[in-house]
Order: sequence, then C-alpha cells, then structure tokens
Amino acid sequence: MTAHLPVLQVIVPLLAAPLCLFLRIPRLVSIFAILVSFAAFLISCGLLSQVLNHGTLIYEMGGWAAPWGIEYRIDLLNGYLLLLITGVSTVVLVAAQSSISRELPENRHTFFYTAYLLCLTGLLGILATGDAFNLFVFLEISALSSYTLIALGNDRRALTASYQYLIMGTIGATFIIIGVGLMYMMTGTLNMHDLAQRLPEIYKSKTVLSAFGFFIVGVCLKLALFPLHLWLPNAYAFAPSIATAFLAATSTKVAVYVLIRYIFSIFGIEFVTTSIPLSEIFLGLGLAGIFAASINAIYQLNIKRLFAYSSVAQIGYMILGLAIGTQLGLTATLLHMFNHALMKGALFLAIGAVVYRISSSQLNHLAGLGKKMPWTMAAIVTGGLSLIGVPLTVGFVSKWYLVVALLDKGWWPVAVLVLLSSLLAVVYVWRLVEWIYFTPPRIILDEVEEAPLSQLIPIWLLVLANLYFGVDTRLTVGVSKLAAQSLFGVTP
Amino acid sequence: MLGGIYSLLSASFFIDLDAVDVAFTEASVGAGISTLLMLASLKLVNRYERKTRYKPLLALGVITITGALLIYGTLDMPHFGDPNAPAQQHVVPRYLNESMAEIGVPNVVTSVLASYRGYDTLGETLVIFTAGLGVMSLLLVSSRTKKESKNLVPADMRQQIILRVVAKMMIPLILIFALYVQFHGDYGPGGGFQAGVIFAAGVILYTMLFGLGVSQRAFHPEVIILLTAFGVLMYAGVGVACMLLGGNFLDYNVLRHDPIHGQHLGILLVELGVGITVAAVMITIFYKFTWRTVKHKYHQ
Repeated sequence: MTAHLPVLQVIVPLLAAPLCLFLRIPRLVSIFAILVSFAAFLISCGLLSQVLNHGTLIYEMGGWAAPWGIEYRIDLLNGYLLLLITGVSTVVLVAAQSSISRELPENRHTFFYTAYLLCLTGLLGILATGDAFNLFVFLEISALSSYTLIALGNDRRALTASYQYLIMGTIGATFIIIGVGLMYMMTGTLNMHDLAQRLPEIYKSKTVLSAFGFFIVGVCLKLALFPLHLWLPNAYAFAPSIATAFLAATSTKVAVYVLIRYIFSIFGIEFVTTSIPLSEIFLGLGLAGIFAASINAIYQLNIKRLFAYSSVAQIGYMILGLAIGTQLGLTATLLHMFNHALMKGALFLAIGAVVYRISSSQLNHLAGLGKKMPWTMAAIVTGGLSLIGVPLTVGFVSKWYLVVALLDKGWWPVAVLVLLSSLLAVVYVWRLVEWIYFTPPRIILDEVEEAPLSQLIPIWLLVLANLYFGVDTRLTVGVSKLAAQSLFGVTP
Repeated sequence: MLGGIYSLLSASFFIDLDAVDVAFTEASVGAGISTLLMLASLKLVNRYERKTRYKPLLALGVITITGALLIYGTLDMPHFGDPNAPAQQHVVPRYLNESMAEIGVPNVVTSVLASYRGYDTLGETLVIFTAGLGVMSLLLVSSRTKKESKNLVPADMRQQIILRVVAKMMIPLILIFALYVQFHGDYGPGGGFQAGVIFAAGVILYTMLFGLGVSQRAFHPEVIILLTAFGVLMYAGVGVACMLLGGNFLDYNVLRHDPIHGQHLGILLVELGVGITVAAVMITIFYKFTWRTVKHKYHQ
C-alpha cells in the first residue's frame, strides 16, 4: 500500500467529499471530515519520511508513463507543503465543530464540510502533481470550492466578496491556462519534468516568453501579490471564520508554491533571470506590498480585515525572498510559507473564537476581552508577536533568514527596509493589545466566557507550534534548505 | 443570445479544425445549456443594469496589454497545420498509433480523455460537482416554495399547444440520443460530458413546458442531488477498484484478464460516471434557478 501513498494523499479527501452528501447528518459529516483530514495528515507524514529516505517519489496514473500519462511527483518541496496543509486543515477542522454550528444555519453545514474537503483535495492535488495541465484542473477545484466557502459567510457582503474573488480568480486561471496552452504548442508535452528538458532549446522563442508572462501574472493574481490583492481583504473579512482560517493558512501558500514550481522546476532559474527583469519587478512589488498593506492594516477597524492586509504584507516578504534569487533567499521564502501558515492559522482561529463569543469582529468590541477570554487573547497577542518577528517565535526565524539572505546578496538597504516594516507590524499589533487590555469594554460583556475547549485546544496547538518551531528549527530549516538546494542544483 | 451565437460559431470553428468532440461539447454546453442558464438567471434580476461608475480606461489598458502579449506570443508559433510542429511530434504519435493496440477504442479522443489522461477527466468531473455544490449551498429553497411549486404549470405555456405537442415528440428522442452519445463515445464523437448535457437539456425542456411539479415527480430533486455525488464516486471508485486489483489508480488493464477488455470496461464505467454527474448537476442548477423564479413571482 505504501507504493500508492502519493495518490492516496489526494483521493482520500476526493472520495470523501461526495460521500459527505450521502451522510447527510451534519454532526456525522463534521466528524467524518476530521477523520479524513487526519488520515490525509498521516499519509503526508508517511510521504515526507519516504522522500527523506528514498528521494523523489513518482506515481503513474493509470499505469501510463509520463509524458503520455499523468504522473505524481513528490519531492522535498511538495512533501513538506503537503504536511503543512494537511496538518493545518486538521487542526482547523477540529475548531470548526462549534464555530460552524454557531455561524452557519444548520442546513448548510453539510455543504460547508463538502466544500472544505473539495478545497483540501484541490490544494493537495496542486501540490502533488507533476503535470502542468493537471495542476490547472486542481487549481479550479480549489478555487471554485473556496468561492463557495467564502460565499457561505453570514454577511450579505460575503456574496459580493466571493464574486469579486471569482472574477479575479477566473482571470488568473485563464492566464495560467493560456500559458499552458502556449507551452504545449511549443514543446508538445504537459509533463513538468519533460517541459524542463525540452524548454532550454527554445528559450529565445517569443511564444515561450509570452507563455511565461501569462503564467506569472496569472499566478500572482492567485497569490494576491500587491497590486493584484484587491480581492483578498473582503474575501477574508466576510467568509465564515473557519473558512478564513483555512484559506489564509493554506491557499496563498499553495499559490506561492505554484510560482516557485514554475520558476525553478519548469522554466529554470537561468531563463527567468536572463529573459525578463523578474527579480527587480518582484523586489519592487514585494516591498511596495509590504509597506502599503502594513500601513493599510494599521487603519482597519475590523480585525479580520486587519490580518487580511497583514497577509498581503507577508506575501510581500515571500516574494522578496524569491526576488533575491539565491539559495538562501529561497530558503527564507520556504520557511516563511510554513511559518506564516502557522501564524495566520492561529490568529484567524482565535478570531473565530472571538466571533463565536461576541458575534463581532470589530476592533473596538475587543475592548475588555483581555479579562473575559484570557487564553484566546493571549493567543492573539502571541500570534501578533510572531507576525512582528520577536525572538522565540517562528516569525523571528523567517525574518532572520530573510535578512541574512539579503545581506548575503549585498542588498543592505532592502534589509533595513524589512526591519523598518517590522515596526509597522508593531504598530498594528500594539493597537490590538491596547484595545484588548487597556480599554474599558464598549459592549456588555457580562455573559461572555472563555472560548470552549474544542476551540482553545486547536488554537493553542497552533500557538505552541509557533513557539516550538521558533526554537527548534531542525525540521523547518532543515527541509527548507534541502528543498532549496535541490531546486537550485539537482533539478534541471 | 449573442453568447449563444458566438458558441455556435466557435463550434463550427472546431469542426473546421477537425476537433469534432470539442465542437460537440461547445455546441451542447456553450450554445445550449449555458445560454439557457443565463436566461434563467436573467429572469431573476431586473432587465436593466444599475448604473455604476467604473473606470473603463484601466480595463481598456489591461485588455490592450493582454491582447498585445497574445499577438506577441503568436510571432514564434509553429505554422497552422505544420506536421513538424512539436505538438504533433512528441506525445501525439503514440496516442495516434498505439491507442488501438493499447486501449482498443477507435475514437482516440476518448482514449486520451478517459485512459491516458483519465485522471484529468476525474478532476474535471469534480470541478463540475464543485460548481453544482456551490449553487446548491447558496440557493437554498424553503419547503414552502417547494410545496407551492408542486402544481404550477407556467401560465404562458398552457396556451402553446404546438410547442407542447412537438416537445412531447422530441423529448424521448433527445433522451435516447443522449444515451446513444453516452455509450457510443468509444466509437464516434461524444462521451459523458456531451451526453450528460443533452440528457439534462431534455429534462429542462420538459420542465419548462409542463412545470416543475410534474417534472420533479419523474426526477426527484433529492435523488438528483445524490446522483451528482454518485457520478464522481463511480469514477473514483473505478480507480480504487483498479488499485485493489493490484494496478495503479485508474489502471483499467487489471479490471479484466484481457487488458483491452479491462480498458473497455473501465472507460465505459468512468464515462457513465461523468454523464451522471454532469446531467445531475445541470438539472439541479436549473431546478434551483426555477425555484427562485417561483419564489419571486408568487411570494411577493
């Protein structure tokens, strides 16, 4: 059975999603979803350990060898992300039990969990596949189901937000498929490994260049790179809290993965650096994104929107790591993808707990909650510290590696800017602290209690992960380094 | 309307390019169902768009740049129909030459779609299921609406005797044609996607002329919703069965002793799965839209 692990990783949630409709009883469906996600997590653990021991795993769908058939190709990079996505998804689902039953009417629960599992399927499919078109198919699955997840939000504005996301996401997907089409026309293959071998002959071709252009713009729309991020804040703010926690922790990371995969494993870093000034563009947009989004975050009145803008800023850091274009820079990006998923997972789950208790995510309604919900608030503050990059948290580790990579490249002014931008994070996190602990309550809080254990445990699991991986970096740094090495060295 | 015409025109384009299967899909999905669903959703909203302020210049700029990039991309393209183009050279020869021996299906499109790249098709089926799920979860229908819609026949349709008589003659033919397309996909153009859409079109025509209540007695909405999931499960289930029999996921060779028979059986089953999901999703979406119309018309 271990030989089938790569495909099981994706088809377990794939089979489970339609089964949810047959189970019908919401309570049953939610437990089923947790079990499925946990099973996927175990599979991903197995996969990563196999990859670490035996190297890249290849699985041929239908027994047809690539490039005729579709293959799954698990290496360190996607093995590492599969572990992250399934892990976060399981933790979020545990918290979903109580949160969803409060936020959504009961006749929508089954649909919510089905869409959630579909989204998980899509994300895992994107990560596992070694085929450029297959990636697009699963991108569509994850995108369509995330539109559904967002639109299920209670607020009517969730529908507009989801629609906005749908339009932007569809444009992004169309651009990606145009890119795939042009590349197929030039090489006659859709397999990534095969593409990487056949592309160097025709690097000078204008068609390949425009294919690359379409790819980059399409993927950047998906990952909400500044200034293509406009869909993100509303989508995160109005979606059900659980959907926000899941999407914020996973979906943009997967889009960054797609970008890395295309740049390093398909087109090759040589082509990318020689054909267009991508490094300069990413440097500019990354920095602009960090500053614009952080400043925006400072002025937000809704905590979900605040952290949504902060997500855009964090994506800026990841892109900055890519812009450096060295192995160290890539390591920093990979690290930050993992770490940011932990931070945002914890923060949005904690916000979910707040919404569960006070049915609001307005900043001024947080006032006085420091006494009423001490554990949840402590989680938010720890997550915030991690966002700033205080030592002993994961945020510190990723910022450290980013700054080291920048200095190594000799871009010290950029390193200074990165440190300055952390100060902006201090401002918006401090605003939170001030409201939580030092302001008298604005609404009646007599009946408010600490969040239920079923939410506190997942929240603190993620918070502790934030602290643990901030101290013990063997797994994260180790795997990121190895993955970056293989992307630069071994892969053609 | 223009959208429908556009789809029909591009369907004829595809025929010109010898892509009969694609043309078939475009004609049934693009010109048929999606125009219908568009009209159904137009029925729900006002006729005129509310005036909104928007910035046409920005959009124009984006479109110009995209168009320019597309044209720039064509500069180094291989010539149309060039037999030496990479797209004709690399993987295609095996599909064309070996598929008869490896899979035993005369229609190469079907063998690529359902076997060589069968996993993609599973993904596409899941995309359709996801879309259906999105509509199901967002357009919830109250039981009151359901009850009221039971015995309604669209008033303007009662007068249309010719339409009703002709439709009565056409609908069985449409349904049989759908089944033909479904099961003949191995040999001629067609397959699960087209068949599902044609089948759904028959049901939708019936619903439009005779009312939701009558049609739901034949196609119960709850059952149809379960069928959307059933089709996907059937497809993936075939894959799992292959795994249990010792092959890779979706490796139909192991289904029977003779690999060719295995391939036949596998393709037949997965195409049926696709057909079921597609038809069920289309019917569900149409039902949901119609309920909404009923609600708007009679509840206010």
